[in-house]
Formats: sequence, C-alpha cells, structure tokens
Amino acid sequence: MKKELLEKIIESYANRQSIACLLNIETNEEIILKAGEKTENEDLNEKISECIKLDKSKLVTIKDKVYFIDVYNPPLKLVIIGAVHIAQHLVLFAQGLNFDCILIDPRQGFANHERFPDITIYNNWPDEVLDEIDVDERTAIVTLTHDPKIDDVALKYVLKKNCFYIGSLGSKKTHQSRINRLKGEYAEEFLNRIHGPIGLNIGARTPVEIALSIMAEIIAKLRG
Amino acid sequence: MLSNDIDILNIANKWKNLGKKVAIATVIQTWGSAPRGVGSKLVIDQDGNFEGSVSGGCVEGAVINEAMELFEDSEPKVLEYGVSNEMAWEVGLACGGTIRIYLNELK
Repeated sequence: MKKELLEKIIESYANRQSIACLLNIETNEEIILKAGEKTENEDLNEKISECIKLDKSKLVTIKDKVYFIDVYNPPLKLVIIGAVHIAQHLVLFAQGLNFDCILIDPRQGFANHERFPDITIYNNWPDEVLDEIDVDERTAIVTLTHDPKIDDVALKYVLKKNCFYIGSLGSKKTHQSRINRLKGEYAEEFLNRIHGPIGLNIGARTPVEIALSIMAEIIAKLRG
Repeated sequence: MLSNDIDILNIANKWKNLGKKVAIATVIQTWGSAPRGVGSKLVIDQDGNFEGSVSGGCVEGAVINEAMELFEDSEPKVLEYGVSNEMAWEVGLACGGTIRIYLNELK
C-alpha cells in the first residue's frame, strides 16, 4: 500500500467520511473510492456500495478479476440523554468500543467537561440539538434521566428515525407509564423499538454494571 | 486503546514516519470458524514489532516471519492458513477455520 493512500484512509475516518479501498489482487493496484464514487465497472460499483452499506469488507470476483473491497466507515455514534452517574461509565465503555459519544442535558451542573472530559456536550433540550447531530442508521440513543420532560422529548424525535438502537432507563413500571404517554402519538411498531427497561439482564446493580449491561445490549443489537 | 483497524493503521503510519519498513497484513477471506473477520489487520515493522491481529494469536508469528521476507523482496503476497495447511498445524490454528491474508509493504 502506498503511504499517501494510508493517510487518505486515516483522514477520511477523521472527517467521518465512508470510503472503500479497492485492491486488484493480481495487479496489486489500489484505489480509494468515497461512498458514491464510481469505477467504470457497474457490477463492481454495486458490490462496493453494498459493502459500504453492510459495513463489511469482502473479496469479490467480477469477470475473472479478483478484487478486495476494504470498507472504512466512520465510527458509530452514541447519543446519551442525561448526564447521570451511569452515563459517566457508559461513556468509558463506548469510547473503548470506538463510539463517538454525544451528551445532551440542559442541566449544566450535570453535563460539563469536569464530569465528562473528551466528549461533545450540549447543554440544551434534546429537540433543540438533535437535528444537527444527524441521527442515522449508525447511531444508538439512550435516555437516562427517567424524567419525562427530557427523555420523552428525545424519544419523540428519534422514534421515527433510522437509528439502530433506542434504550430508556427506568423500571418496568416507569417504562409502562412512558409507553402510555407516547401511545396516543405513536403506533406500537414504533414504541416496540424502545428497549426498556434498558440493558441486558445480567443482574446489574451498580452504575458501572448497568452501563455494562446497556453497552452489551447495544452491541447485541448491532451484531445480532 | 487499540480497538480498531484505524488505530492500527495509525501506528503503521507512525512507524513509517520514523523511517522504518512496515508491512500490512489484512484478512481478505475466511472459511469456517475464524477468530477475526475479513478486513482485520496486523501491522509489522522491520524489527518485528507488531500491533493488531489476523487470528486469535494462532498464525501471527508465521505472518511476522513472512513480513521479514517481504522486506527483502518487496512483492505483495497472499498467504493461506487452515487445517489442511501444515504451517497452520505447526503454528496452531486451533479454531479449525481457514483464513486468507494479503500481505504487502507500506511504501
């Protein structure tokens, strides 16, 4: 691989741009294609966009030529509503898994860089900022305040978005009340997308254990 | 934290900037149960330092040896390790799968 190619891959990742590195196994020629960029071969283009979409690198044979399509997608995003104690641990797990973490909480006392170094913080109400965050199919969102004033606003925004995971903290009872509040506005198929009570059932008790169960559920949803 | 292939490529770039010879090994195909998926990377420098993985520690040693040869002749190569391959037995690809790896030098 040429060094400038490697640097382009690193740069695209930093700029949150999806790319594929296309290698011809016989000639050892390599080129970089941004998502949407085309080669002259239609069949190959189709394979490349499929790989980018599925986030899977793959060896393909097209008209007796063998290519390796190596996909580099930007990091997954985790949007956290509520800068609570669990969120502090959740951020550490998520960063270890290379998620970009975005924290939203209008309460400055909770959401600040003292408590949450190295992440993007919005001291706003969720509906004021979710538009600019670009909630897409590579985004997971968790609501952790269990205060309807904050959580419901976020849920209403994301329920019809393409994000791959939605989870809400709260007991079964809290979750049922949440569903009852939202049921007038949203069909069951949307409400069923909310994982509540949040997290895999591993008997978690402490904030760090609950954070682990949430992260495990997010990965299960992503890979499952 | 070294949890993804971009971090590993960053290290390769850093080594290259220090003037070292660097090789990149990428899993390009797997059959059966393979511990690391297609696209997984191992980077190796001329002194035998390495980061990343292409298996669960089973064939890395063999790939590093191949990299040392690559630094001599510079020709990219495709390596295959599996249960039918003596080398894999020797180095112990215990998972029973087969993997194909593309190894080339960073130039």
